[in-house]
Amino acid sequence: MKKMIQLAAVAAVASVFAGQAVARDLTVVSFGGANKEAQVAAFYQPFEKATGQKVVGVDYNGEVAKVKAMVEAGKVTWDVVEVESPEVLRGCEEGVYEKIDPKLIGGKAAFLPGTVSECGVGIFVWSTAIAYNADKLKTGPTSWADFWDVKKFPGKRGLRKGAKYTLEFALLADGVKPADVYKVLGTKAGVDRAFKKLDQLKANIQWWEAGAQPPQFLASGDVVMSSAYNGRIDAAQKEGKNLKIVWNGSIWDIDSWVIPKGSPNKEQALKFVQFASKPENQKTYSHKIAYGPTNKSAVGMIDPKVLPTLPTAPANLNGALGINVQFWVDHGEELEERFNAWAAK
Amino acid sequence: MNMTADAPLLAADGVPLAVKLKRAERRKKLRAALLVAPLAVFLLATFILPIALLLYRSVENPEVPAMLPKTVSALAGWQGQGLPDEAALGVFVQELTAAKDNKAMVGNAAKRLNMEISGYRSLLTKTVRAMPLDPAAGPLREQFVNIDERWAEADYWRVLRHQDSRYTGFYLQSSLDIKRGADDSLHMAGDDEAIYLKIFGRTLWMSAVVTLFCFLLGYPLAYWLVNLPTRKSNLLMIVVLLPFWTSVLVRVAAWIVLLQNEGLINGALMAMGFVDSPVQLAFNRIGVYIAMVHILLPFMILPVFSVMKAIPPTYMRAAVSLGSHPIPAFWKVYFPQTVAGVGAGALLVFIMSIGYYITPALLGGPDDQMVSYYVAFFTNNTVNWGMAAALGSLLLIATMALYTLYARIVGANRLSLG
Amino acid sequence: MLQPYATPLEKLWFYAFRLFCIGVLVFLILPLLVIVPLSFSADSFLMYPIHSFSLRWYEAFFTNSEWMDSLKNSMIVAPAATLLATVLGTVAAVGLTSADFPGKSFMMTVLISPMVVPVVIVGVGAYLFFAPLGLANSYLGLVMVHAALGVPFVVITVSATLRGFNPNLVRASASLGGNPVYTFFRVTLPLIAPGVISGGLFAFAASFDEVVVTLFLAGPEQTTLPRQMFAGIKENISPTIAAAATVLILFSIVLLLTLEWLRGRSEKMRTAASAA
Repeated sequence: MKKMIQLAAVAAVASVFAGQAVARDLTVVSFGGANKEAQVAAFYQPFEKATGQKVVGVDYNGEVAKVKAMVEAGKVTWDVVEVESPEVLRGCEEGVYEKIDPKLIGGKAAFLPGTVSECGVGIFVWSTAIAYNADKLKTGPTSWADFWDVKKFPGKRGLRKGAKYTLEFALLADGVKPADVYKVLGTKAGVDRAFKKLDQLKANIQWWEAGAQPPQFLASGDVVMSSAYNGRIDAAQKEGKNLKIVWNGSIWDIDSWVIPKGSPNKEQALKFVQFASKPENQKTYSHKIAYGPTNKSAVGMIDPKVLPTLPTAPANLNGALGINVQFWVDHGEELEERFNAWAAK
Repeated sequence: MNMTADAPLLAADGVPLAVKLKRAERRKKLRAALLVAPLAVFLLATFILPIALLLYRSVENPEVPAMLPKTVSALAGWQGQGLPDEAALGVFVQELTAAKDNKAMVGNAAKRLNMEISGYRSLLTKTVRAMPLDPAAGPLREQFVNIDERWAEADYWRVLRHQDSRYTGFYLQSSLDIKRGADDSLHMAGDDEAIYLKIFGRTLWMSAVVTLFCFLLGYPLAYWLVNLPTRKSNLLMIVVLLPFWTSVLVRVAAWIVLLQNEGLINGALMAMGFVDSPVQLAFNRIGVYIAMVHILLPFMILPVFSVMKAIPPTYMRAAVSLGSHPIPAFWKVYFPQTVAGVGAGALLVFIMSIGYYITPALLGGPDDQMVSYYVAFFTNNTVNWGMAAALGSLLLIATMALYTLYARIVGANRLSLG
Repeated sequence: MLQPYATPLEKLWFYAFRLFCIGVLVFLILPLLVIVPLSFSADSFLMYPIHSFSLRWYEAFFTNSEWMDSLKNSMIVAPAATLLATVLGTVAAVGLTSADFPGKSFMMTVLISPMVVPVVIVGVGAYLFFAPLGLANSYLGLVMVHAALGVPFVVITVSATLRGFNPNLVRASASLGGNPVYTFFRVTLPLIAPGVISGGLFAFAASFDEVVVTLFLAGPEQTTLPRQMFAGIKENISPTIAAAATVLILFSIVLLLTLEWLRGRSEKMRTAASAA
């Protein structure tokens, strides 16, 4: 009996040491899939080579609440996190992220306007657009109104599970001009209108959460069209799938690096952000996946063949709108909650 | 004779044997209890206390009392009409000013108040930013309304006044779709807002469907296996046990492959001409049912199989030889003897079903999620521990009630593991 | 089963019934059969038909540090949890079967409850409880909770074996001067070993397949194989998960065969012991 308790104690202690034998690696959290593969090639591996610091990649789908929970519990295990722009601002206001000195990355002026803020450093410009499988749809949709037209295009549609983007798309489908979307959405009647429009399509929606899902759904024929991150569609095209992007009515946003407050690896994390923001590394990233760089010097380094696939190409910006960060900081929680209750019905 | 009956039987050392036996018995019991103790203590620390803490979290309400303890008591005297008096507002200003540098504390209180009235978050953070107020610059009431017009509405003050206790029924009420009205009375939420009762109902319904299908598929199979020659049935039993031992995630992944629109099942259905276009099987209720039945089926087959194994085949033969038709004979003679096994299997499958998370999360749509999903949602996506804990507590109560029933009827130690 | 004098209707019923049962067996085994070939597909989407074969996903599995780290973590956590659960569970089972004491059936109910309490509740509760103690995102915390989840399997299996165990053997040992500890290790344990080992295997499988508690309690460095699979299915669908699944299926075949072998041994032992 005593022996057994000793044995159990030894086992427990041994497992603790097994844990400590591995030094804490730098944990970088990103939206997974093709985006992460590109980050591994453009940022993680070169960084490991340059500094000898091992990088552990973790996938998530934008659940920044986890960061808040970690910071509050005082046990931060994520060191660098890729977040969407409303989250940069909200988290910064709540004191969840470390401040980043712009001097570290060569000053704000070296970056596209609005991509560097108190707590965040922009990584890339990306877009959510309609995508479809051209092998299955000879004539594809050209707008969100088509996306809602189940008579013309029968079948399921993929949309990201969440209020953000979904409500905007619903209003675009309902005939609201891109420039007016946030003005309409800012009123109670506008929100009701968006949900009402979504009601029409609800039975035909297949929700996705991870960026890797839309290309999979499109390839497997689970949906006839889907909203998708443009880079994921580009990656699937490179794999030989005949997927097409409709830029009209797309919404672009910027993903940024943030460092959770109290990260024990803050020094390394800052080095990583600095490293990943260098123009040559951003260029490599954009060549791997069709997202536009934020570092002005990187823009000039992009292969002319890649340029038209980026959300920042002038032709692609036609009919597109940028996300309204302040709107989502103010209304995000309320609308996500309402969306969740609506979706569960 | 009488002498020996009256004098107690003595052991070798002169102590009455009865006493000694009793002592030995007691020692034995003590030793048995001591052997169980380490595990009991271990479970207490790793399992029971964490769950107790979770239950506690469902009624805990520390955010606002921690930031504005004096304000909430000062508001007790407020009549519920218009703005509170200047004295109460003075206390409020003091406490808001004191909290100004504590972003986390303000953030938590703002988040808590935002649950009561959407928009309270920005109202509070905005007001904190405007602190301190100068009492000489005019009545505080006016200054508050100048910061934001919403302070003129009694609702915001009413909600604040209600935050006077470190404990709240708010989360449990919300989990049962009970809302607090403007007059502080409780009422059921309207159809638009009600959500959790439906989800509890859905959880029970889905579990019942899964249990039923496990029975419909498992019972005949167990019957067939029992009546096969031992060698053959042992071999086929491996087909039942192999999925049982295979990772749930492997099976979910496999079902996605099988059920997607251009998956094998749809391909087969279309090739055989049953359907013209693919039927949606994955990412909806059907997919969840199929995968859950697949995962839980062995838990039905194994107890039913072991009960059937113990029934002598002669009973049925006797009934048939006495002139009964095989089917009524089966119902009247055989089936009643297997009811215990069916009950054990069904209850086990049902209990396990109501806690399911992974399978619906990976194979279902938003309207196929069960209670566990929302516990995880509130934990991971919004860090609303109160709601996570309240929903979890209700789920736990349901589970424990069923489990107690199971322990009463079947005996906890009789859980069959094949 | 089918009598030679069966009527056509009875024959039809007989074959329909057999077909149904075979159908259920196919339903049970089909998923395992379809996922294996996909792991050899050269295509980057998880779907049939397979156009060409390759080992690229096995290469991806065995060279990717995330998958390998998660395999390593599973190999740390599951054995440690199994050891803890087996030792504590066996000792408790011996206590539970050796004598009646007040509250025994209640105790049994409590000891088995980790098997039925929804894992989400265990996961969230453990996170809330362990985070302030610094045990969240640690191997120790994960091992302890996994052990708690494995305990019921050990208690059930070992208790069942002990019920078939002849208590006179213990009395014999005691009368020959063996103290209880000596008797346990030299007499009881060798005889109930198959039960202890199969309980341990169940506990191992419980931990090795556990994902929900890991989801809440483990940090990125404790990512286990099922946790990685979960991320693979949810966030990053690639046929690497088919390769990982195939490896896991092979693993479960080994577990199952070991268990069946033990069961045979245990039955032999029991008949031998009761014959003696």
